[in-house]
Amino acid sequence: MALTDDVRTGITEHDLHEIWKDAPGIPGFFSTVDHKRIGLRYIYTSFAFFFVAGLTALVMRAQLTAPNSHVVSPSTYNSLFTMHGTTMIFLFNTPVLAGFANYLLPLQLGARDMAFPRLNAFSYWIFLLSGVFIYASYLIGKPPDGGWFGYTPLTGGTYSGGVNLDFWGLGIVFVGISTTVGAVNFIVTIFKLRAPGMTVNRMPMFVWSILSMAFMVIFAVPAVTVATGLLELDRLFGTKFFVPHLGGSVLLYQHLFWFWGHPEVYILFVPATGMISMIIPTFSRRPLAGYVWVAASLIAIAFISFGVWVHHMFATGMPVQAMAFFSAVSLIITVPSGVQFFAWIATMWRGVIRFSTAMLFAIGFLLIFLLGGITGVMVAVLPFDWQVTDSYFVVAHFHYVLNGAVVFPIFGAIYYWMPKMTGRRLSERLGKLSFWTMFVGFNVAFFPMHILGFLGMPRRIYTYQAGLGWDTLNVIVTAGSSSPPARASPSGTGPGASGGARRRATTRGAPTRSSGRPPRHRPTTTSPPHRSSPAGIRCGTSARSPTPSRATTRPPAASGPKGRSCTRSPSQPASTPSPTARNASLTRPTCRWCSPSASPSCSSGCS
Amino acid sequence: MVAVVAAGGVLAACGNRRSPYMFDARGSEAHRVAGLWWLMFALAAGVYAVVGGFILVAALRGRGTPEGRASRITENAFIWLGGLLVPTAILMVLAVVTVQTTSHLRRPERDPLRIEVVGKRWWWQVRYPAQRFTTANEVHVPVGRPVEIGIDSDNVIHSFWVPQLGGKVDTIPGQHNVWRFRATRAGTYLGECAEYCGVQHANMRFLVVAEPAAAFDRWVARHLTPHSAPTSDLTEKGQLVFLRETCAGCHTVAGTTAQGDEGPDLTDFGSRLAIGADTVPNDPGNLAGWIADPQSIKPGILMPPTALAPGELHALVAYLESLR
Ligand code: HEC
Ligand code: HEM
Ligand SMILES: [Cu+2]
Ligand SMILES: [Cu+2]
Repeated sequence: MALTDDVRTGITEHDLHEIWKDAPGIPGFFSTVDHKRIGLRYIYTSFAFFFVAGLTALVMRAQLTAPNSHVVSPSTYNSLFTMHGTTMIFLFNTPVLAGFANYLLPLQLGARDMAFPRLNAFSYWIFLLSGVFIYASYLIGKPPDGGWFGYTPLTGGTYSGGVNLDFWGLGIVFVGISTTVGAVNFIVTIFKLRAPGMTVNRMPMFVWSILSMAFMVIFAVPAVTVATGLLELDRLFGTKFFVPHLGGSVLLYQHLFWFWGHPEVYILFVPATGMISMIIPTFSRRPLAGYVWVAASLIAIAFISFGVWVHHMFATGMPVQAMAFFSAVSLIITVPSGVQFFAWIATMWRGVIRFSTAMLFAIGFLLIFLLGGITGVMVAVLPFDWQVTDSYFVVAHFHYVLNGAVVFPIFGAIYYWMPKMTGRRLSERLGKLSFWTMFVGFNVAFFPMHILGFLGMPRRIYTYQAGLGWDTLNVIVTAGSSSPPARASPSGTGPGASGGARRRATTRGAPTRSSGRPPRHRPTTTSPPHRSSPAGIRCGTSARSPTPSRATTRPPAASGPKGRSCTRSPSQPASTPSPTARNASLTRPTCRWCSPSASPSCSSGCS
Repeated sequence: MVAVVAAGGVLAACGNRRSPYMFDARGSEAHRVAGLWWLMFALAAGVYAVVGGFILVAALRGRGTPEGRASRITENAFIWLGGLLVPTAILMVLAVVTVQTTSHLRRPERDPLRIEVVGKRWWWQVRYPAQRFTTANEVHVPVGRPVEIGIDSDNVIHSFWVPQLGGKVDTIPGQHNVWRFRATRAGTYLGECAEYCGVQHANMRFLVVAEPAAAFDRWVARHLTPHSAPTSDLTEKGQLVFLRETCAGCHTVAGTTAQGDEGPDLTDFGSRLAIGADTVPNDPGNLAGWIADPQSIKPGILMPPTALAPGELHALVAYLESLR
C-alpha cells in the first residue's frame, strides 16, 4: 500500500505535488504520465478514429443504396470495409474503453495514479502511432483491403502482394502490444493500489468489469499478435506458416485470430456493462441489485469467452462433434449476460428513474442489447449459423452488439462522467435529441439488415443485382445510417468539441492526484454496500446545492475538491423534484466517479 | 438467329429470377433450418416481448413516487428466474433442437450423385467425376436424389452457399470439404460466394439448376456425346479465331486443342444461363462486350480484354454460343 503517514516517510504533501507535476509546456505535453490526461487523450483519439470510420461507413452505404451503382470502385469498397472494421474494433472501441478505465480506475480505487504510469503513457503513444501507421497506407494510395480479420491465404504474399497489408499487419501487432500492456497495468492497479479498506467486494462494478476485461486481454490478445506476426513473417521473410501447399495451415490463422476475436467482443462488451452498472443505479436511486451476482457474471464471462471461438468457423467444415461443443458453450455464455440483465432490471424495478441522457442511453442499450443477445443465441445454433454466417444477418447482429451494446453505453458514460472530466456540462436537451436520433437511426439502419440476410445478401459485397428483393431494404438501411447525428459526437459539446475543456480537466477533474495522498477508505461496519438502504449509501448531492444560474457557469465539477462532499449522510433527501430537478447536472449525485452501488469508494474518491 | 431467340428466352428466365430467400426452402437442409428458424423466432419474439416489457415497466413504475414502488418480486427472484432459470430452460430446448437438427444434416447417404466444385478467382469450376465432364458456374442436380458436393480451392478461401438449398461450406485450400443435401423442388436457385475472396467477391455467383431426373439425365447425356465440329461457316471461323487468340491458353473446349484451365471450361458455354459467374445474362450482345472488355463488366478479374475485328468478334460469339 502507498504511504499513509508523512511522519514515517518524511514526505510532505508539497513534495508529492512536485514529484508528480507535469513538466511545463511542450515537453510536459509529451512526457505526462498523469492518468487523467492520458485517459482523456485515449478518449479523444479514439473518437477521432470513430469519426473517420463512421465516414467510411457512410461511403459504403452510399455505394450500396442502389444495385449496380458506381459510387466507389470494387477495390475501394473492399478497403473501406476493411478500414471501417479495423478502425472500429482496434482503434475506437478497445481504446476508448481503455481511456475511461485509465481515467476512472485510480479515482474509483482511491489511488494516485495507475500502477505503472510510464507504461500507461507508453501504451497510449503506441496506440496512437499504430493507428496513424495503419492510416499512413493512404499516403501510398493503397489502403489495406483484406477485411478486418485478414484471412490467409488472401492476405498472404501470393494474393496480396502490395505493402498495403503490411501496414495492416504491423499496425495490428503494435496495437495489440499497446492493449496488452494496458491490461497488465489495469490488473496491477486494481490488485495493488486500492485505498486501505477497499476490499474487492466493495469495488465499484466498473472496476470489476475492467478487471474481467483486462484478464481476457492478457490471455487473448497475444493470440492475435501472434497471428498477424506470423502473417507478417510469411509476407516479409518468406516463412510458410499459412501457405497451404507448402505445409502451412490456413485454419491455424483462423484459430489464432478467433481465439482472440471472440474474447475481444467481450473485451469490448464487459466494460460497457460496467458503465451500465454505474449509470443505472445512479439514475434509479437504488444500489445495484445482486452485486455479487453481477461481479460473478463478469468473471464467468471472462472464462467462458475462451471456449467459443470456433463459432466463427462453423462453415469451415470441421467435425460436427467438435462444432457441437462450441455451439453448446456459445449458448451457455448467454447465461451470465442474462444475470446481469436482470440485475439491471431489478435495480430499476423499485427505483425512481430519472430520464437523464445517460439513463436514456442505458435504457436504449437494454432494448438494443436484448435483440443483439437474442440473435447471438441464434447464431450459436450450428445449423442456423451455416445459413446466416457471412450474410447481412451477421452484420446486423454484430452491429447490434458492437454499435448498440457498446457504443450506447459509451455515449451514456460520456454524459455521465464527461462533465466531471472536462469541467463542462453537456446540454441535456441536445443530449436527449441526440439519443433519440441515434436510437431511431440505429434501428432503421440495422434492423432491416437481418431481413437482408434472410434474403440471401452476403456481407462484404460492393454491389448486387437488381430484382433480388434487396433494393428497398437497402434504401432504408442507408437512410437510417445517414441520419446525421447517428454517429455524431454528443450534441456538439462532446469530446470532439471540448478542446478547451481538456486543458482545464487536469485541474478541475477529480482531486485524487492533487490531494497527493491516497484517501483512507471508510467501509461501513454494518453491511456491505449492496445491501445497504439506498438513502444511506448514496453519495450526497452537493451540500451547497448551487443555484441554477451558478451551475450553468460553474458545474459542480468545477467547484473544487472541497465542494465535492461525498458524505454518506442518511439524512440526504432523495432529491424530490425541485426547481432545479429538471437540470441534470444539479440533481446528479455530486460524486460521479462511482455510483450508489459502491458508496464506500465514494468516500474515498471524493472526500 | 437461334442464339438470339435462345438468349431472349434466357433473359426472360433471368428476369423472373426469385430472391434467394433462405426460408423459401427448396432443399433438405434449408427446410430443416427454416423450421428451426420459425421455432427460434417464436421463442425470440416471446422473450423480447416479455423482457422488453419488464424494461419498460421497470423504467416507468416508480414514476411520481418519492421513493419508488414496493414490489413483491425480490431482487433475487429477478436474477434467479429471469437471469438463470428461464434462460437455461430455453437454452436447453435450443441445445436439444440443435443437436437433433444437426444430426439430420449432411449425413452420408446411399448412392449419391457426386459433384466436385472448386472455388476459383472469381468463378466456380464444376466437375461430375463419374460422368467425366466439367462445366462452370452452373450446377445441375436431379430433384430428390442425394447429392454430395466436394468443395475445394487451390487459391484463397471462398464459401459455397445456395440460400434456398442450405448453409455454407467454405472452400479451404488444403482441405476437402463435403456438403450433402437433396433438392426438393425443381427450379433455378442463386448461389453465392460467401467468404470474402478479393476484388470480385461480390460477383462470384453461380446457379443451381434442380430438375426432374429425366431432364437431368438428358443434360448429362448431352455432355457425354462426342462434341461435334462447327456446323456453319460462321462458327467455323469463330473456332479459328478462338484457337488463334489467347483464349485457348486459358479456356478448355473439349474436342479441340484448347485445354487451358485458368478460366472456366467453355465446352457447353452456349447452354449456360449467364456469363462471368452470373454477372450478366448470356446473350450475344453481352458476350461480345465480355470478350472485348471483361474488365469493364467485372473489374479486376483475371481475363484480359481482347481487341478483335468486328467480323471476327461476331464469328467468335456465334461459335461460343453454339457450344452446348
Ligand atoms: C489469362 C487467361 C484468359 C484468357 C487469355 C481468356 N480468358 Fe476468358 N476467362 C478467364 C477467366 C479467369 C474467366 C473467369 C472470369 C470471372 O468470371 O471471374 C474467364 C471467363 C470467360 C468467359 C465466361 C465464362 C462463364 O461461364 O462465365 C468467356 C465466355 C470467356 N472467358 C471467353 C474468352 C475468350 C473468347 C477469350 C479469348 C478472346 C478469353 N476468354 C481469353 C481467363 C481468360
Ligand atoms: C456508425 C454507424 C455504422 C454504420 C452505418 C456501419 C456500417 C457498416 C457497413 C455498411 C459495413 C460493411 C458491411 C459489408 O460490406 O460487409 C460494416 C462492417 C463492419 N462494421 Fe460497421 N457500421 C457502423 C458502426 C460500427 C461500429 C460502432 C462498429 C464496432 C465498434 C462497427 C464494426 C464493424 C465491423 C467489425 C465490420 C466488418 C468489417 C469487415 O467485414 O471486415 N461498425 N459496418
Ligand atoms: Cu464470437
Ligand atoms: Cu468470395
